[in-house]
Amino acid sequence: MALSGMRGLSVFISDIRNCQNKEQERLRVDKELGNIRTRFKNEKASTPYEKKKYVWKILYIYMLGYDVDFGHMEAVSLISAPKYPEKQVGYIVTSCLLNENHDFLRLAINAVRNDIIGRNETFQCLALTLVGNIGGREFAESLAADVQKLLISSSCRPLVRKKAALCLLRLYRKNPDVVNVDGWSDRMAQLLDERDFGVLTSSMSLLVALVSNNHEAYWSCLPKCVKVLEKLARNQDVPQEYTYYGIPSPWLQVKTMRALQYFPTIEDPNTRRSLFEVLQRVLMGTDVVKNVNKNNASHAVLFEALALVMHLDAEKEMMSQCVALLGKFIAVREPNIRYLGLENMTRMLMVTDVQDIIKRHQAQIITSLKDPDISIRRRALDLLYGMCDVSNAKDIVEEILQYLSSADFAMREELSLKAAILAEKFAPDMSWYVDVILQLIDKAGDFVSDDIWFRVVQFVTNNEDLQTYAALKAREYVDKPAIHETMVKLSAYILGEYSHLLARRPGCSPKEIFSIIHEKFPTVSTSTIPILLSTYAKILMHTQPPDPELQNQIWAVFGKFESCIDAEIQQRAVEYRALSRKGAALMDILAEMPKFPERQSALIKKAEDSEADTAEQSAIKLRAAQQQTSNALVVTDQRPANGTPPVGQLSLVKVPSVSNVDQNNAELGVTQANGALTIVDPQPPSSTPSADLLGDLLGPLVIEGPPGATAQPEPNLVSGLEGGSNAADALAIAPVEDQSNIVQPIGNIAERFHALCLKDSGVLYEDPYIQIGIKAEWRAQHGRLILFLGNKNIAPLVSVKALILPPSHLKMELSLVPETIPPRAQVQCPLEVINLQPSRDVAVLDFSYKFGTHVVNPKLRLPAVLNKFLQPIQVSPEEFFPQWRSLSGPPLKLQEVVRGVRPMPLVEMASLFNSLRLTVCPGLDPNPNNMVASTTFYSENTRAMLCLIRMETDPADRTQLRMTVASGDPALTFELKEFIKEQLVSIPVPSRAPAPVPPPAQPVSPPTASSDPGDILAGLL
Amino acid sequence: MGIRFILMVNKQGQTRLAQYYEYLTLEERRALEGEIVRKCLARTEQQCSFVEHRNYKIVYRRYASLFFLVGVDNEENELAILEFIHLLVETMDRHFGNVCELDIMFHLEKAHFMLEEMVMNGCIVETSKANILSPIQLMDKAS
Repeated sequence: MALSGMRGLSVFISDIRNCQNKEQERLRVDKELGNIRTRFKNEKASTPYEKKKYVWKILYIYMLGYDVDFGHMEAVSLISAPKYPEKQVGYIVTSCLLNENHDFLRLAINAVRNDIIGRNETFQCLALTLVGNIGGREFAESLAADVQKLLISSSCRPLVRKKAALCLLRLYRKNPDVVNVDGWSDRMAQLLDERDFGVLTSSMSLLVALVSNNHEAYWSCLPKCVKVLEKLARNQDVPQEYTYYGIPSPWLQVKTMRALQYFPTIEDPNTRRSLFEVLQRVLMGTDVVKNVNKNNASHAVLFEALALVMHLDAEKEMMSQCVALLGKFIAVREPNIRYLGLENMTRMLMVTDVQDIIKRHQAQIITSLKDPDISIRRRALDLLYGMCDVSNAKDIVEEILQYLSSADFAMREELSLKAAILAEKFAPDMSWYVDVILQLIDKAGDFVSDDIWFRVVQFVTNNEDLQTYAALKAREYVDKPAIHETMVKLSAYILGEYSHLLARRPGCSPKEIFSIIHEKFPTVSTSTIPILLSTYAKILMHTQPPDPELQNQIWAVFGKFESCIDAEIQQRAVEYRALSRKGAALMDILAEMPKFPERQSALIKKAEDSEADTAEQSAIKLRAAQQQTSNALVVTDQRPANGTPPVGQLSLVKVPSVSNVDQNNAELGVTQANGALTIVDPQPPSSTPSADLLGDLLGPLVIEGPPGATAQPEPNLVSGLEGGSNAADALAIAPVEDQSNIVQPIGNIAERFHALCLKDSGVLYEDPYIQIGIKAEWRAQHGRLILFLGNKNIAPLVSVKALILPPSHLKMELSLVPETIPPRAQVQCPLEVINLQPSRDVAVLDFSYKFGTHVVNPKLRLPAVLNKFLQPIQVSPEEFFPQWRSLSGPPLKLQEVVRGVRPMPLVEMASLFNSLRLTVCPGLDPNPNNMVASTTFYSENTRAMLCLIRMETDPADRTQLRMTVASGDPALTFELKEFIKEQLVSIPVPSRAPAPVPPPAQPVSPPTASSDPGDILAGLL
Repeated sequence: MGIRFILMVNKQGQTRLAQYYEYLTLEERRALEGEIVRKCLARTEQQCSFVEHRNYKIVYRRYASLFFLVGVDNEENELAILEFIHLLVETMDRHFGNVCELDIMFHLEKAHFMLEEMVMNGCIVETSKANILSPIQLMDKAS
């Protein structure tokens, strides 16, 4: 059993193996290291064979976990040995022992390069592998060109080229410029035509890295990837050696699907169709088989296909297929499949429209929360956390709480944090939130961080309604015999502040409260004592008339700590005692704590920052991406825009008694604005006016004059608009002949329209027979839209008609639309648009085709909306302020207080603005609650026109804000202001019934009448 | 990046082969190997083959007395890695004939050669057993 004839090495390994304990092993290793060291010192004595043997020993010792600080030089020197066996050892051991920053590695660059450009292909392979594994920047600079040449060389054999591909990947990561070569992306595409599977597999990994960084450059590779997949799926030209348990290289399939997930979409309809055929086949054709390996391999491909389908946001039908599959997986016994089912279902939450289907599996997921396998429990917890919303929060949180007491320690902290976050985010009412946290502390106090109980204090302090309830609850818990110290802290704090609200209840007199809290005193640590002292001082203050007995008891406690070694405790004891002798002064100083300023939940922040666990991170990030953070104020019924179901936002102030004043101010401001004179600046109380440079600057301008007549219809405009857009949504499809909706649209038309307002390509309309896609390009006031009319059927669509009904401000020309669309074909109809003047009116596509005897005639709003004619522009303060000043009030500068705004944090508003092509200029406004944005508007009339926008938000009430818009054109200012307002208040209603039945009062226009643009526009808007 | 490391560890937790595709210091390796070996070896047959640890996901498989542990990042498909382990074992089987722990111990260099033909820079290079083994066979012939 000699190690390739190296007897000494075998003996050494046997010796190690026979060691009885770690100590013996260490002695044997030390002896060997001493031996090798003397051998290496006497360099002449060591032949290449000996060197080879000793270098292996060093690697072996290193693998056992012993530090080896010599022998590196010998390993490196073997690289330049002339014979293969020595060279090979040199390469392998070097790449195990050294890292890219090691000095010795630099010594080898030349030898490595000689092997790479030399003729010996086995040497080439060795050298490429070393560079691929540990090559650094210097290698990238000196070798990239040679490696590239090898990869694309036609004379080079696959065994070299496959290594060159991954070597290049390493060099690219060290220095991305190595692929900045003209025509590299074409070469890359050619590589994907490769027939050798080794080369293809490694090239695919290279492609994944390149595309993940810059997909734009590699569009040409996309159809090639789909071709590769098709070949594999059909098992065409797959050599037997690459078929694994009957499955054509599952690894290549998986990698290829991974590469496709880095392209944002697939626009070419043919490619998309081919890919979906493959995916469909995978989704439908993967059966459970007996052979474990075959089963695993086929499911590896299946899970990757699921991920790709989710990424491509496929048709609803396919999506529900995916959800159904996942639903099946999370219920199977086989743990790997169940684990992956849960993991992928969590990813699925990102896809809109399926949340409700996922919720149906809640009970099943909860079962997995109790699985004996921690990996599975983690996934289940993550999924539950991700799918939680206001509708199921109670169930899920209570389930987590229940599980908490039996959960193992490794998970308790995570569970507590998640329960606390969910309770805060989705509490249907505040008292429930308090209950949950108290239970949490009761059951897992050690795992409840201070942040959690601080947050409860904030909520209770800021919500008067909650205070009595919280005090009562605290009183209940503190009565229990052994409670966690965190519970002592929280209850003591709350009782100190609010126990006077309970005064008339039995067992709640100040004396009784004091004595039950004081019972816990001997058990608490120094960090809790100061809190208790404050509580006592407060109890004392609330005891009116003073109770001498209680007073003496409490003074005794203070007295005891007046000489405490802990400075904090001592100071409190001394001060409280002195203060409490002052009578009335105590009242002021110990008065109830003021309300806290609104702030982001420290918990959620903590969760976002935490690096603790990948499992934890993923879901929290996902959650953060999905939903806004919970710093909105009031429990609102408003629907957030991102398609999630209505979420009751917990808020710090439920009864906005303090912010009432502001609101009144704001209301006052509005009425005055309408009436005539001034707008009162509803500055949030926390902001210091002196720091508000813009405010100062704007102040006088604002008061100057009455707003122009154009700004009048403010207050009811909001509701009016909302009604309008709803009506439009409802009317978006009006089947002409029969009201019973023979042809139902797929997906929500209004939602699709709203999505297209923010992006330039996507589906405008779809029903079982036709799909209308749109792709648009915008340059200044010109736009070019292409309508893709795709017949999904196997029969031709006839009597196709498309009529554009442009509003007066748009000039639109649609090229000829063919009367018939052949089966499974797609026709493209370009549509030219010129914007004449600013307006929010919307163009309508009156589209019809005949199916059987029925005419289907949807009327579709076209996304040629105002923001498409905007060009983002960043302005500097030097440019901004003079402009802002020179546009001095109506009609060029309009201001309005907007209410009923969908509450969103400022960052979200900023990203909304950016997606509307309004460039947010950070730092221009010194007040962090305000935001300034700029953009350029283009139309024939106005030409390029700079627009400036300022939003002032009130952190205490996110449902209102003040908006100022300025530009050089009165109509533009007004239209832009109204447009932004619509974006802030009107919400694309998520997932409604697919085809809203038109209200009966609305006469359905017959096809002939529908050619009158006026009628249709009136109906739509 | 994909595969971060491949470990072969016996029932007693002794490392029989370690190949890293990212640089970790010796102390980091020792700590990491200790932690994951403890975690994985304690698991039962009925539990799944994936363990989450720090930023890694460990995909592991047990063959008699030997555990194969592969550390991957989020870029990898877990089941594909699980079967890749099996492919590695089958390849070793083809070469050694029913591979066992001792084969790997006493032919560490061959195990390394095979791995080097299969994985490079954390990515899979080759999955054909014939292609993986051909350089080793060449070498055996030469010596």
